[in-house]
Amino acid sequence: MKEFNYTITDPEGIHARPAGELVKAAKAFSSSITISKEGKTGDCKKIFAIMGLAVKNGNMVTITIDGEDEDAAFEAIKSFMEQNM
Amino acid sequence: MREYSGKSVFGGIAIGKISVYKKNEQQVKRVHIEDCEKEKERYNRAVAQAIDELKELYDKAVKEVGETNAAIFEIHQMMLEDDDYKESVHNIIDNQEVNAEFAVAATGDNFALMFSSMEDEYMKGRAADVKDISERLVKILSGGSESSISGSEPVIIIADDLAPSETVQLDKNMVLSFVSVGGSSNSHTAILARTMGIPAMIGTPIPLDESVDGKQGIVDGYNGVIYVDPDEDIIEKMMELQKQDIEKKKLLQTLKGKENVTLDGKHIKLYANIGNIKDLLTVVENDASGIGLFRSEFIYLERDDYPTEEEQFKIYKTVVETMAGRQVIIRTLDIGADKQCDYFKMDKEENPAMGCRAIRICLTRPEIFKTQLRALFRASAYGNLAIMYPMIISTEEVKQIKEIEETVKKELTEQGINFGNPQIGIMIETPAAVMMSYELARMVDFFSIGTNDLTQYTLAIDRQNTKLDDFYDPHHPAVLRMIEMVVENAHKAGIWAGICGELGGDTELTGQFLKMGVDELSVSPGSVLTIRKKIRETDTSAL
Repeated sequence: MKEFNYTITDPEGIHARPAGELVKAAKAFSSSITISKEGKTGDCKKIFAIMGLAVKNGNMVTITIDGEDEDAAFEAIKSFMEQNM
Repeated sequence: MREYSGKSVFGGIAIGKISVYKKNEQQVKRVHIEDCEKEKERYNRAVAQAIDELKELYDKAVKEVGETNAAIFEIHQMMLEDDDYKESVHNIIDNQEVNAEFAVAATGDNFALMFSSMEDEYMKGRAADVKDISERLVKILSGGSESSISGSEPVIIIADDLAPSETVQLDKNMVLSFVSVGGSSNSHTAILARTMGIPAMIGTPIPLDESVDGKQGIVDGYNGVIYVDPDEDIIEKMMELQKQDIEKKKLLQTLKGKENVTLDGKHIKLYANIGNIKDLLTVVENDASGIGLFRSEFIYLERDDYPTEEEQFKIYKTVVETMAGRQVIIRTLDIGADKQCDYFKMDKEENPAMGCRAIRICLTRPEIFKTQLRALFRASAYGNLAIMYPMIISTEEVKQIKEIEETVKKELTEQGINFGNPQIGIMIETPAAVMMSYELARMVDFFSIGTNDLTQYTLAIDRQNTKLDDFYDPHHPAVLRMIEMVVENAHKAGIWAGICGELGGDTELTGQFLKMGVDELSVSPGSVLTIRKKIRETDTSAL
């Protein structure tokens, strides 16, 4: 299992569009990938679950990745978030 | 005649028949089913069809309103593919042994409720998207048809609210205007209407029944009023307004997309001045190639306390993104003199025109200045932004500004916050800056001449004082010589020089400015096409 924390810098937070992009990125991997904010957790492969967290600019989120391709997923999701969120 | 007021989201006049748009109400019946597997299969096929429809809608919307506004239909596809949504529908079918229509409607209600009960305003608004996709599925499942407008003539559409997909599906040639009872100015429908450029109003308390359906109507999108069965004099007035609109559009059609080039081949940049984010649309409508002066004061004036970095950042980002690569020159805070803000708690001055104003406030209160600069530097990562400083009189001031810029950039770097590399320019609006323009040109990327203040300070005449009209010459040779000198010194240093004051829009001077080699004129959005016409008719070799 791998984990990282990330603070959102996109002024609009995780809106529908970036949430959708995150789903696309996460679905490329077989590992389970979750996003949590303040104790609430959502599945990164589900757009409604991510939007339901209402992540805003400045919020810190934790991404947890567990599965066979977790190393590759870790790198991919981390760089995706740094570039897009 | 009856009239109803609402909030205008796009100006213009529409005259025609009113058509009340009613959704084909989907009466979802709860039906007991035997074969749950077959029902789930039916649901899966409906999702596949819905996604195909949305792909088509997306392509249609990209053509009509652009990629950014069309993105919503991509998001709808993702929502339809969401596993939680699908599981919920499947569960309801399995556990309650009910038809797919009912399971979808129930799931849609639950998910919409989840969004509408969130605190975040943006997320609240997403409930409409969930409803939209759920209604689409129900319609496919029950074999319903699209709502549409009947009849053969274009109409004014009145509706409770329109889902984004409904707005795009309407045949645009049949729509004169949109008026909705509900809706917000940030709803996709409002945005789409604006992009399509047709008069539109939201939040209009108008009955949606036979008392208006089929009646003659006029939408005054400038004032946010719809008239039902209008009187003769209103019709006359509105027709006149509409005629002016059409004439303006005609001029626009012939000059839109045309280059700003003289008969003898001299090019000049033609930009627009704006004082509020609301004016952005007029910049685009009038085909200005950039914004030469964005007066940032409005962000400060319309409030009771200092605007935060985040608030400013959002505004600047919106502007550069809307202008999509075209240059946007934002002038830093220029208050003082005739523009006052109570919360700045400025001392009363004997002679405010020559007092603590503009850059002088910024340099004496660096904390306010830094907040604005941070927002500007951050926004510059999102488009072609330039920063311009007002009321400069010395090289020393520019040095001080550069130091503050460096501090801001260093702090942003340390905090890992992204920023761009904006062009830096100054306004030339004091005789001192004109005299120092040779040196100043070596410190910045561009000059923009503010002719209003420059004239006032050069002639020592207060423009507000009508008793001095006899002495006042707006084309005083002293001012024109100064402009020529500034342009020369700019070119010697290899930078460009423009004019953003009132003289820039004075067609009597356009030829002279072109001859002097002025690189840019920034005028009010409404004057852009008039000046373009003038430029295209000018031959500087004959002057």
